[in-house]
Formats: sequence, structure tokens, C-alpha cells
Amino acid sequence: MPLMRDSVMTFSELKQGMRVRIVGIHNDSPEARRLKEMGMTVGTTLNVVKVAPFGDPVEIDLRGYRLCLRKKETLGFDVEPVE
Amino acid sequence: MATVAAGTRLVAIVGNPNAGKTTLFNALTGSRQKVGNYPGVTVERVSGPLQLASGSVECVDIPGLYSMSPVSEDERVAVAAIRGEAPANRQPDLLICVVDASNLERNLFLFSQVAELGIPTVVALTMVDRLESAKRLLDLSRLSNLLGVEVVPVVGHKERGIKDLLEAVDRAFESPQPPDVDFTLSLETKAKIASLRERLARSGEDFTKRELKDKLQSESNDLASYAKDFPEIEEVYVRALDAVTSDVEPTPEDDSSYRYGWSTMVSRAAISEPGDPGRKTLTDRIDHILTHRVWGMLVFAGVMYLVFQSIYSFAGPLMDGIDWIFGKLSGWVGPMLDGAPVLQSLVVDGLIGGVGGMLVFLPQILILFFFIAVLEGTGYLARAAFLMDRVLGWCGLNGRAFIPLLSSFACAIPGIMAARVMPDVKSRLATILVAPLMSCSARLPVYVLLIGTFIAPKYGPVWAGITLFAMHLLGLVVAIPIVWFLNRRVFKGTRLPFLLELPPYQWPKWKDVWLAMYFRGKVFVTTAGTIIVLMSVLIWGLSYFPRSNEATTRYEQTFERQWVETEKQEPFGDKYKSAQDSYVAEQQLANSYLGRFGKTLEPVFVPAGFDWRITTAVLSAFPARETVVPSLGIIFNLGGDVDEGSVDLQQAINRAKWPDGRPLFTVWTAISLMVFFALCCQCMSTLATIRRETNSWKWPVFVFTYMTALAYLASVGINFLGQALR
Repeated sequence: MPLMRDSVMTFSELKQGMRVRIVGIHNDSPEARRLKEMGMTVGTTLNVVKVAPFGDPVEIDLRGYRLCLRKKETLGFDVEPVE
Repeated sequence: MATVAAGTRLVAIVGNPNAGKTTLFNALTGSRQKVGNYPGVTVERVSGPLQLASGSVECVDIPGLYSMSPVSEDERVAVAAIRGEAPANRQPDLLICVVDASNLERNLFLFSQVAELGIPTVVALTMVDRLESAKRLLDLSRLSNLLGVEVVPVVGHKERGIKDLLEAVDRAFESPQPPDVDFTLSLETKAKIASLRERLARSGEDFTKRELKDKLQSESNDLASYAKDFPEIEEVYVRALDAVTSDVEPTPEDDSSYRYGWSTMVSRAAISEPGDPGRKTLTDRIDHILTHRVWGMLVFAGVMYLVFQSIYSFAGPLMDGIDWIFGKLSGWVGPMLDGAPVLQSLVVDGLIGGVGGMLVFLPQILILFFFIAVLEGTGYLARAAFLMDRVLGWCGLNGRAFIPLLSSFACAIPGIMAARVMPDVKSRLATILVAPLMSCSARLPVYVLLIGTFIAPKYGPVWAGITLFAMHLLGLVVAIPIVWFLNRRVFKGTRLPFLLELPPYQWPKWKDVWLAMYFRGKVFVTTAGTIIVLMSVLIWGLSYFPRSNEATTRYEQTFERQWVETEKQEPFGDKYKSAQDSYVAEQQLANSYLGRFGKTLEPVFVPAGFDWRITTAVLSAFPARETVVPSLGIIFNLGGDVDEGSVDLQQAINRAKWPDGRPLFTVWTAISLMVFFALCCQCMSTLATIRRETNSWKWPVFVFTYMTALAYLASVGINFLGQALR
């Protein structure tokens, strides 16, 4: 059992304006691989720019561009807030 | 598919979606493009000739992709076209890799993969103007060095850099050099290998950097013994060897991390960071309103209202104009063929009618693609999809399906064509397959006629309004379980995650807008249009033949006898003549192959509450549902010039009886018939467009079958319900 830190969150807990870093990816599906290919690799810092009016999808800023994705399609991506 | 003449050099434009690929391709080839399909798939192949100083080459625009590990059909075709596998079957001789300078890290990820193929490459660096406005400095020669290929900055729509790009392509053809990228080595290691290479070259030993790297990494290294003999070489050799062995080889699982590590390194080395990173960009300020939960939705509703009104109403005068021109053409050509009635009817009703009936869709297609090109070009389309994704996503569609479905309420044909805003084939197909269920404007006359005759007089305007609204809602409601079923049962395999890039806002590129309208219009007329005209001629034949002069004389005499018996008048005068014409037209239609087919099928439609007359009108409306009101006019002896507001037609269908004297129409029959029209796919133009857009007859056959079955079952159900409640 890995040590769980309180600060580790999943994508569904993201709120507008948060700044987080990807600390772990526990998903080997083709969908998750595609997200990594879009730049969501471990260590990448993301800014949550906006949450869509109905709660999903979320717009994030990473590697200098804006990507929007559905919370439920980012299963297995652990993030941690950064200052 | 466009065939490539043997010996023609092939240049392919590759790059990420939103990198400015289409704008560049349009600037390179303009209106000389050819639009076709890769064989057996729905993906379009767009290509055009390119003039170089060294002669002409073929330039193909490969669909945008994020990675060489494809997850969608579009990407599979794109990868196959780059690798030269089926269905493209030819590897390009040179790649123009489009790289967005303002999004360098992610764009270089694809470049790092493409570079490994060993195809000579030139990088076209787009959006350099965005760097300038963000006060970021670009070190072009450094970038070019790090990528190992020539990098040419272009501003496609201003034709800036296009000439330089063509010259670079020419140079790359003259001395072909594949990119020299090794994302597994650090910059320091590369520098050490470079100095080793230089040192060896001075001693007359020529190696490429890659060869040296492979030698240094291999166990049996013949360089080691060579280096021992030359101390000054040994020094550089040992330093390079140390560097190579201490760099870690990537494993497949963290391939992306390594590539991004490399692209981040290149990006930082070539472009300076923005001067004030916290500053809000213009895009941020616009998005503050346009993706706002209240203001954003209001603007969205306004924009969609404008788009819908444009194709629903503003296209009207243009469509009337086309009708008028073809009406005049018929009136002008018709009398020339007076001596040959069959040829006259073929040309006037079959050919001119068919071409006119096909071209009438053009205004809506052009207007819709104008809006789509502008909305896509500015970046708003992605915002609309962002706002709408939750609304459409729960049943298996996605936010991008909104415009195609909304447009289908005006007409399914532009709607189906608009489904190409969705890059994922499965979502696009699901949208195309349910788009014809949306209640298009051609269904309106049936609703107006039947509601005006059976609902409004008995139940008042409120129920008339509710019925009209319910008819428009019906297709949308039915579409939901169908999409759900398609996603569960028909489309196998993994679903692409919904990934939507929100590019910075920019002004639309007018050249791209006009070219999009021009090519969508051209593709419709030349491919779908041909099928539509051929089918029009076929349908004309079925409703015209068999026809003989003897039969016509017989109908005229029968009518004369009936007239004298019932009206107690001499068979003369205008009223007699027009009544006789209507009767003859009715008999001719009833005895045509189509009419006979209607009578044969009557038992099939009786459970839905339709007699042979309604059945014939329904059948005659299969090619195009807007013909049903004129068909009803002919069948009820009023001639083909009636419209849905005609009081005569309302009275005629109100009075019509079954042979046993029961009234033909009850409220339930009217609802049954309206539901049939709401759900049935009575539009060959839609089917021809689906054929074109999916590049297969399988899907139009599927749509026709499921919609007809659905319409029939629903009508039978309503008729039985009506009988049970009576």
C-alpha cells in the first residue's frame, strides 16, 4: 500500500483557478496514452482555467496551450496542488 | 481517389490540428485543389499541384494528427499516408511539417515521431506573429540546428514566407536530408558526439552522428581500439562514451515523457519566455465573456439563432430564385419539344426538375459552410463545443455535434456535411446517422396541412401549436436511444477521449472561408448531385410510365360521361377543361408504376390507417418529401398546383372516405401520417449526401431502413391506439 498524501487529488476534484502538478498516472488505456501524448506527463504543471457551465468539461492550461477534457476521461491521473 | 502519375514527386503536409495546416495548404495550392476520398474509408484526400523551380510536384494535405500512434480513423489514415501504407499506398518523397511556433512543445512531439521515419523534411513554422505580439524572441538558426532541418517561418494567409518555403523544398529535393533528432540524448551528450565526429572527420573517418551514437552504445565497439592509437582522439572519444552511457534509454511506457523532455529543451533553447507571464492575453479577456456560464450561454444562443435563421429563412429568397430560374428554363425548353411528349416530360420534369431540385440545396450549404468556416477560423467553434459538451455528451455525442444537428432542423443535407467539424469518425458517423431524424423545413407543409385541417378547427390554436412543437421534438427524442444503441452495439472498439483544443482567437482567414464554401459546394454538386439527378430521372420514369394515348383518350371519355351524369352540363368551358385535366393526371399517376405499386402496397399501410391514395402520396414522396402536398393534390383530383394552405385540398381530404363509407381521415390518421413524415427518411438527396460523406452505400441503406421501419411501426402504433380509444 503506497503512502497516501492528503494533498493528492483526482481530476474530478479540480476547481477553477487551481494550479496543480501531475504526480502519478495509473492508467494504461489508449485514452490515457493519448493524454500523455498531448503533454500530460508526470511532472507537468497545469492551470485549471475554467470549468464549463454544466460542471464538465474543464479547460486547462499546459505547456503553453489550452486543452479541454472531460473529468471522467482522466481517470488515474493524480495531481497535487502547487504554489 | 486521385491517382498519382508515375514519376510525380509527392510532398505531404503534416502537422497537429489547429497548427495552420489548411491555411498553408490553401496558400500553396489555392483553388486548384482536388477533393477525393481514400479508398474504403470516410476520410477525404485533398491534394493540389505545387510549382517549384525544379518542376511540378503533387502536394497532399494529410489530416491533422497529434501522434503517430493513431486512436481514430482519421489519424490511422493520416499515419498510413505518411508511412505509405494502405489505403494511401505511397510514401511521400518529402514532408512539410507544420509547427505552430506559439505551441512549440506540443507540436514538436509529433515532429519527434515523424523525424524518425527518415523522410526528408522541411519545417514550416506558423503563428510566428503570435510570438511577436507576446514579445517572445525566436532564435531561428538555433531551432533549425536542434531539429536538423530547414525551418521556414510562414504567415500563410499573408503569403509571407511561402516563396522561402518553396525554395527550401526545392533545396531539400536537391540534397535530401532526413531530420537529425535524437530525443534520447541530452544536449551535452550531443555536443560531445559532434566534437568526436569532427575530430574523426579530420582524420578522414566520416560518420553520421547517428552512426557514431550507435557505435558508442554497442558492446563491440571498434572505435575503442582505433581511438587508443590516437591520444587526441581518445580524449574526445572517452568523453562522448561517458556521456552516452550515462544518458538513460527510454522505455516504451515513458516514451511520451522523453519526447516532451526533448521538446521542452528545444522550445526553451529556441524561444524566450514571455516577458510578463502573468499578463492576461486578449484570448483570456474574450473567453471571460464567451465561456462565461451566463454571458457565454447567451452569446452562444444568439450565434446559433443567427446561423439557424440564415439557413432556415435567409436562404429562402436564393432558393426561390433557383426555383424561378429552373421554372423559366422549363417554360422555355418545354415548347421546343412539343412534338415529342415523352422526351418533353423527361427533359422538363425529369432532368430540369432534377437538376433544379438538387441545386436548390446549394444556398443552405454555402451559407452554413460560410458560418462554419468563420466560427472555426476564429476559434469560436471550439468554445461552442466546450459549452455544449455536457448537454450532448451524456448520450454518446459530443459538443461538436450541436451545429450539425441544429442545421438539420432546417435541412439535413448541410447538417450532414457539417458533421465534418468532428474529427472523430465514430462521433461523426453517429451524428450523420441521426441528423435526418431532425424535423427539416420540408416536413413543415405536411404538418401545416394536416394540423390546419384536423387539429386547429376542432381543438383550437393552442393544441395546433403544441402538435407542431411535438412533431419537431419527436425526431430529437427518438435520436437519443438510437445514438446510445449505435455506440453500444454498432461502433466497436475504444472511444477516443473528448480532447478539445481551445486555440487563441484570431480573425478568420477569408481565403480559407471562400475555399471551404467553394469546395463544399463543388463536392456536393459533383458527387451527391449526380446521384440525385440520376434518381430524379428514375423516379420520373416510374411515375410517368406506362402511358399511352389510348389510355389518355379513355380517361378523357370516362370523365366526360361522369361530368354529364353528375353535373347535368354540357362538357365544355374552362371549368370542365381544368377538372378533366386534373382527372386525367390523377388516372395517369394511379396507373403509373408508382401508382400501381401504391395500390399493391395498400394492405401493408392499412394498419397505419392509410388507403391507396395516402399510400401513393407517401410513396411518391420518398424521393423528396416536399412533393407530398402536390401529390395529394393530384390524387384528390385538384391538380398538382395546390399548396398546404389550400382550402380545396383541406376540404377534399376531410371529405375522403374508405370504400365502406367511413371517413378516411380521423385525428389519429392525421397524427399517424404526420409521425410517419417526421420519422421516415423520404429524401434521396439526404441518402446521396450520406453516401458521399461516409464513402459507402452501407450507411445510406442503414439510415433508410431504420427510419422507414421506425416510421411504419410508429404510425401503426398510433393508428391502433386511435382505434382502441374510439
